[in-house]
Amino acid sequence: MTQKIIIEPVTRVEGHGKVTIQLNDQGEVTQSRLHIVEFRGFERFVQGRPYWEAPVLVQRLCGICPVSHHLAAAKAMDVIVGAGGDQGLTPTAEKVRRLMHYGQIFQSHTLHFFHLASPDLLFGYDAPPAQRNVVGVALANRGLALQAVLMRKYGQEIIAATAGKKIHGTGAIPGGVNKSLTLAERDQLLNGPHPLNAGQMIAWAQGALAFFKDYYKKNKAFIDGFSRFPSNHLSLVRRDGALDLYHGVLRAVDAEGRRILDDVDYQDYIAHIREEVRSWSYMKFPYLLHLGPDNGWYRVGPLARLNTADFIPTPLAQAEFETFKQATGGKPNDMCMHTHWARLIETLHAAEAIHDLLLDADITGSDLVVKGARQAEGVGVIEAPRGTLIHHFRVGANDLIEMANLIVSTTHNNEPMNRAVNQVAKTYMTGQKIITEPMMNAVEVAIRAYDPCLSCATHAYGRMPLEIALVDAAGCVLDRKRK
Amino acid sequence: MATFVKFTLDGKIYLSEDGAPLVEAARACGVFIPTLCNYTGIPPKGACRICTVLINGLPATACTTKVVEGLNVQTSTPELESFRQAIVEILFAEGNHLCPSCEKSGSCELQALAYRYRVTVPHFPYLFPRRDVEAWHPKLLKDHNRCIQCKRCIRGIRNPAGKALFAFGKRGDRVVINIDPVTSQNISDALAQQAMDICPVGAILRKGKGFDVPIGRRTYDRTPIGAELRS
Ligand code: SF4
Ligand code: FES
Ligand code: NI
Repeated sequence: MTQKIIIEPVTRVEGHGKVTIQLNDQGEVTQSRLHIVEFRGFERFVQGRPYWEAPVLVQRLCGICPVSHHLAAAKAMDVIVGAGGDQGLTPTAEKVRRLMHYGQIFQSHTLHFFHLASPDLLFGYDAPPAQRNVVGVALANRGLALQAVLMRKYGQEIIAATAGKKIHGTGAIPGGVNKSLTLAERDQLLNGPHPLNAGQMIAWAQGALAFFKDYYKKNKAFIDGFSRFPSNHLSLVRRDGALDLYHGVLRAVDAEGRRILDDVDYQDYIAHIREEVRSWSYMKFPYLLHLGPDNGWYRVGPLARLNTADFIPTPLAQAEFETFKQATGGKPNDMCMHTHWARLIETLHAAEAIHDLLLDADITGSDLVVKGARQAEGVGVIEAPRGTLIHHFRVGANDLIEMANLIVSTTHNNEPMNRAVNQVAKTYMTGQKIITEPMMNAVEVAIRAYDPCLSCATHAYGRMPLEIALVDAAGCVLDRKRK
Repeated sequence: MATFVKFTLDGKIYLSEDGAPLVEAARACGVFIPTLCNYTGIPPKGACRICTVLINGLPATACTTKVVEGLNVQTSTPELESFRQAIVEILFAEGNHLCPSCEKSGSCELQALAYRYRVTVPHFPYLFPRRDVEAWHPKLLKDHNRCIQCKRCIRGIRNPAGKALFAFGKRGDRVVINIDPVTSQNISDALAQQAMDICPVGAILRKGKGFDVPIGRRTYDRTPIGAELRS
């Protein structure tokens, strides 16, 4: 008698999902699936709208990572107005957008680590749920909880200064930005009263890394072994191979570190990336075309980025990157829980990048927009907090959008998340007939490492529930749990 | 020489030029009367009714009323305010107003009035009309979703030869305001900008121009509509 386990909802995952775990007659896990109801409403919604509305319109598809969508769409529209390419924007526009983006990375990574991931690390995934949440963190470690709030706030102040609002701003426009920083805004962010200044953010990012590394030392077996499996990795990198979250070329490496996508121009993404549709899931499965769906799937996000990049262009994060690379002897890192480590290194890099940008005179410049020959089609790609985000638009001669295709980070990670769930299910659920609390949590911890933005992947608003079901060979649900 | 007359606004006596439009006379006295279809410098139309006030106790539109000696006006009563709120709600419900992605957001008179009257969810059912975007003109784009049929553009925008750029077609609830396809082929950037500015909402847009005024510097970001005046 085969059996199936379904887990839903996954708490502390932004959005909605459902996990089904299939057991065979022997009670072994044969297959696990993460179902996400993908709703491509926004791609239809922007059709027929003037192209300059896209950056403000598409960011509404997610209340969690709007800045990434805002910037990816703006980058696509840069191409449309003839300002695409590496030299396209004015130095001020490019740097203001970078500042906005690093502000978003900083606040999103901070939120993930302190609010979503640190409860697992502080208390363990088998701790009672009442403790394993952000309130638990606050009760156990007031300093850490307060830091988290202030780090997020700082990131949001940067977004407000560059986009006009903390959420759903208008800063990036086709061909540039609509504002730079005033001297007062710059000084406030750079040297604001303790603790809301760039220097303190660097120090706190280092503190968070130290916290993680200390935890890692004490829990090496769990961090290294939990939900580990080899994969390909994909991200943007700067042309010289540096980690760059705002702009670059597409690079992918395999589990051994061999280049399988060699720094290609993302305007041609469609020649390299395909999306497979599977009958049981509404969310598509992207893969590298030349390797096919079975071998061409890949991970995106912090772990993937540190696997594709050759170095990090800020000194403190670079030093941490070297330690990180030593852990795997320079080979790509396939340990799922190391994603948290990678995310914190990026948080430090973001803080350093913010600091450098605030010291750059261009950030208060007044040359904001450039335009060139109008193009019919444009692709914008950015490394969002959760990974590579692709926006592709076609615009008619009448300025109305004719076609939109968006591939969000969580969709790229669809296959890896399914594998992660399957691996955890095999370890924790073989021979089980009911879903216990720690089992449920283990599945969640595995999914959460990818920080999936399901509201984004499903292009739907709001937080949706998720359930886990355990199903036997005959298709009977043995147990079903929701949270 | 202009003659001055005495008139009363909410119980207080003011002086105004004889025959001045009431909305403007009130504004000059520091009293706010909301308007939508009215636009300084073009003939009043009295179409939207949001400027309705009580004149000697009877409702009348302030934009079409001229000040005369002894005019007794009540600009604001709870009933008038709720009537104005209802007008704003109806206008939202009968078009497709998606403020977040609208270029005029922050500078839109309808949106500003909605904030003033604290419109959150309209009490009227949304009609979700099927309307299109007229995008074939070289310099202008007409988004019928957002048009509130105030006809300010029809009354106010003419090319140098005196030919109107906008005209209305159909009648009743089907009325549409169109851009003249011939005249629109050849207009200056300045006239295009004038057309965009005269529209109280985001129904007339200049092509390629979007969101270049940052949040914080748009018309109603600093001073909400009517906030500089008493009401
Ligand atoms: S286009 Fe604008 S100005 Fe013209 S009628 Fe419609 S809302 Fe009024
Ligand atoms: S403003 Fe007076 S009726 Fe519209
Ligand atoms: Ni999102």
